[in-house]
Amino acid sequence: MALLSAADQKRLRETFAEMKRPVRLLFFTQTLDCETCVPTRQILDELPPLSDKITIEEVNFVLDRDRAKEYGIDRVPAVAVAYEDAGLPPGETGTAVIKDSRIRFLGTPAGYEFISLVQAILLVGGRESILSAENRALVSAATQPVRIQVFTTPS
Amino acid sequence: MSLAHEMAFANPNITAYAVEATEFPDLARRYMVNGVPKTVVNDEVEILGAVPQDEFVEQALQLPSKTS
Repeated sequence: MALLSAADQKRLRETFAEMKRPVRLLFFTQTLDCETCVPTRQILDELPPLSDKITIEEVNFVLDRDRAKEYGIDRVPAVAVAYEDAGLPPGETGTAVIKDSRIRFLGTPAGYEFISLVQAILLVGGRESILSAENRALVSAATQPVRIQVFTTPS
Repeated sequence: MSLAHEMAFANPNITAYAVEATEFPDLARRYMVNGVPKTVVNDEVEILGAVPQDEFVEQALQLPSKTS
């Protein structure tokens, strides 16, 4: 059963049509002891039918610890937003290079978090940044690791 | 949330997590989350509520304040 209304699906399909780059959602999950992993998968599954530029890759948090560590994921459900870099010269074929956007979601992306997820997909998919030129310069100049956690609730 | 995510995408040194507070009460307790949004930077700086972009960037990067 679709979680999104037909109207929302239509609106999102139109918005995603502007994406320039394929986005891959790495979904970290586990089978046992994770009440919200299945609902999270159901929410994520709404997205690929709306755009051929959105894919989901499921990563088993228990079996693929290295991958979880690589992406700084220490709990599930979690989503890491990645993108395919069109680094190959025209005419050459090969596996697309997957790049990390360093955008993460911990917990079910429902309600406001779903809107944040859509915004993250659009940004990584090629949308112009909302940061002002001045702030972009300040952000680019940061040379030390910065870890930002934003706590939210679904409503 | 989007500002933190924008910052992460703009600089490889920055990682941004949107954390669903009710789902992870241990984290909510550890970071004393009593209201949302609450932003915690490098476990030391706290930004409460939704703040304007200039202020958010300044605090998240721990830059000297222009306004005070």
